[in-house]
Amino acid sequence: MTLHDIAATRRGFLAGSGLLIGVAIAPKFLAAAPTGVQAGGDSALTPMNAFVKIGTDDTVTVLSKHIEFGQGPFTGLATLVAEELDADWGQMRAVHSPTDNKIYANLLFGLQGTGGSSSIANAYEQMRKAGATARAMLVAAAADDWKVPASEITVEKGRIRHAASNRESGFGAFAEKAALQTPPAEPKLKDPKDFVLIGTDLPKLDTLGKTNGSAIFTLDITPDNLLIAVVAHPEHFGATVKSFDDTEARKVQGVVDVKQVPQGVAVYAENTFAALKGRDALSVEWDLSKAETRSSEELSADYVKLFREKGLEAAGKGNVEEAFNASGLQTVEAEIVFPFLAHAPMEPLDAVFIKADDGSVDIYNGAQFPGMDQATTAQILGLDESKVRVNTQLAGGSFGRRAQFGSPYMQEAASVYAASDRSRPLKHMWTREDDIRGGFYRPMYAHRMRGAINADGEIMAWEQVIVGQSIMGKADLDQTSVEGASNLPYAIPNLKVTSHNVPLAVPPLWWRSVGHTHTGFAVETFVDELFEKIGRDPVEGRLALLKEEPRHAGVLRKAAEMANWGGHVPEGRARGVAVVESFSTYVGQVVEVSVGTDGAPHVHKVWCAVDCGMAVNPNVIKAQMEGGIGYGLGAVLFDAVTLGKGGKIIQSNFHDYRSIRINEMPDVEVEIIKSTEKPTGVGEPGVPPVGPAVANAWRRLTGAPVRKLPIVNIVSA
Amino acid sequence: MVTFTLNGQERTFDGDPDTPLLWVIRDFEKLTGTKYGCGIAQCGACTVHLDGMPHRSCILPISVVEGSEVITIEGVSGKEAEAIKTAWAGLDVPQCGYCQSGQIMSAVALLQMVPKPTDADIDGAMTGNICRCATYHRIRAAIHNAANSMEG
Repeated sequence: MTLHDIAATRRGFLAGSGLLIGVAIAPKFLAAAPTGVQAGGDSALTPMNAFVKIGTDDTVTVLSKHIEFGQGPFTGLATLVAEELDADWGQMRAVHSPTDNKIYANLLFGLQGTGGSSSIANAYEQMRKAGATARAMLVAAAADDWKVPASEITVEKGRIRHAASNRESGFGAFAEKAALQTPPAEPKLKDPKDFVLIGTDLPKLDTLGKTNGSAIFTLDITPDNLLIAVVAHPEHFGATVKSFDDTEARKVQGVVDVKQVPQGVAVYAENTFAALKGRDALSVEWDLSKAETRSSEELSADYVKLFREKGLEAAGKGNVEEAFNASGLQTVEAEIVFPFLAHAPMEPLDAVFIKADDGSVDIYNGAQFPGMDQATTAQILGLDESKVRVNTQLAGGSFGRRAQFGSPYMQEAASVYAASDRSRPLKHMWTREDDIRGGFYRPMYAHRMRGAINADGEIMAWEQVIVGQSIMGKADLDQTSVEGASNLPYAIPNLKVTSHNVPLAVPPLWWRSVGHTHTGFAVETFVDELFEKIGRDPVEGRLALLKEEPRHAGVLRKAAEMANWGGHVPEGRARGVAVVESFSTYVGQVVEVSVGTDGAPHVHKVWCAVDCGMAVNPNVIKAQMEGGIGYGLGAVLFDAVTLGKGGKIIQSNFHDYRSIRINEMPDVEVEIIKSTEKPTGVGEPGVPPVGPAVANAWRRLTGAPVRKLPIVNIVSA
Repeated sequence: MVTFTLNGQERTFDGDPDTPLLWVIRDFEKLTGTKYGCGIAQCGACTVHLDGMPHRSCILPISVVEGSEVITIEGVSGKEAEAIKTAWAGLDVPQCGYCQSGQIMSAVALLQMVPKPTDADIDGAMTGNICRCATYHRIRAAIHNAANSMEG
């Protein structure tokens, strides 16, 4: 499918859509958009009514303010709308909303954006109200047409009925008339006990296109006359172009131009292969004067030195110094080092730029913060923001990678487009090598743990020092460095958690579950070691310290029950457990591990219990637990981006930045705790527990605690 | 000039003979279901059938495709393909979906060769296909479901 096909589809859609609930379309951009895909005119809608469109063919299209890159917001948000609209699931559709930081704001962020496992949590009432509003307007339209009281009209599975007069209609017939009704000031929402769609395993709306090749991602947008651009990047962070020779590159058949941009040297070509071949033929000399030239090993040594310096206080309870000095205590210590991690989404970063006749520009990309992408690109292109339309596309994964303050990737893409004469549409793409070496990693961290146990086997004191980059770029305490540690759920009388922010030229970023990627590991492996020292069962031990934390205890008990904890474990295998709360969702996991043929842990099975409040779509929740477990496990077992001698990035592609594969994926069983609490997110919380659970099983199996990640390195060392 | 069959239609390509089949399919034939993921045959997102066998199109120069029959996700058909696609939808396998064309092409080829695969057969056939969303658990179940649905 080409962009023109999309354009045709879109035009057909607009022509056929009778109702944009409550508001007439203000087509101020429609004429300007050469492609018609998600033209920005939609942004003229008012907030309460900007989310639902009803077609004359009875289809209901939800405009998702959140990007769909696998975590299920298209399905989840559509479920919320459909529930209150009393629609039939078969008539529901979802598309990305236009870009608008106000109308489509994430209510937890204050701007449009997807992340922090917040899509369902922030949109739960908003989308239900959007559905309820639409329902009320359809009913009002029908009542007016049928000359009957609105109170006598019922709606069920997409059918509007008036029983007394035996009249019935679909939504489409009343769509236009409904659009003229005054929306209710405060639409009535259902009592959760009356839900018919929320809480059921509705099939996902985006599955079909993803099983027949028709789903369009940014990389698939191929307008006529398209230029492809790739950029030669340095192999050191902080390096810049000193000089370059493009003689050979320009000789490559299909190469159109070569330009220097702030991020490196861009090659423009008629097709992707020519661009790649042209880039390979470039000769670039890099200026390393401002580059990071320390290796990961040297960085780690520098981090560990900071353990002895005074840090930023993240948590303080009781008197830790006094507690450690008390007599008759056993002190346990551990230092744990975490590597840089790349997100490595399947679709490397990319963007398409198309200039309209009036000089405005349509941008197509996997926009996680679309408003920020819009502001950033507008500035670089020298255009008013109103002249730049960011059209969010399906994206091949993100795991945090596409959510960047200041949109650094789009800075590069826009710089490349700006350096062309802009007469042709342009696609800027990264290769896998650009992705693995592109920075914005989960930062390196070093943790120092100290625990004190008294003669009665009680944990009396806990001290944790965390050293690493501040993802938020802060000089003072960064909560994303200490979350999960500073709010330690275990009842320990004396607690001290401090952190050190380390400045580094390697750009940091959040990576699926952010701080919990390392704090979850450090806390859950260390507490497990303490229980082993005391001789306490790791489940019983945890439960005894979680008396004030019923939701932690609930998922832990459930996971243990699922695994028949304490029951028979096959010869040569051991079990480990961990429980972590992240993004207000609670996940407990039990894993069963043996020593694999390569000497590394082989994980046979994961039992997972999750408490995310009310389950909107259990099937999606289970899928996110399964996927989160695989993603977290792969990283803990195999992954590190390493700076070698002189600071050069060592890894470059999937051969040395190893992804978990099907033969390494454990069997996963998931149960969801029944709850009436408001729903919380599931995109990230499946990740944190699996690493420590595996490390705990490994320690019990082999006697070797995991002090350095990934595990495969210590095994092979 | 290279001549080959793409989803049953004869096609010619007269550009750089080193151009990988992947980019011929995507850039010149505008069939975008086949994806780029690594360019070095490590991830399998670009998997197509070449004369009936699964191949990584990202490392296959178009020159070696001369006279061959290429099938992509857009053109794959037959009872194995139908069974796999139905099973995929039944379990809602895809998350981001980007790797799934390649997964499905590998899975269809597996069922064409081994109608009732074991877990070890699945490991052998599918290990070359990375899914960063880690939908592996459902991929395995969907392949078994597809195989079961083809019986009788």
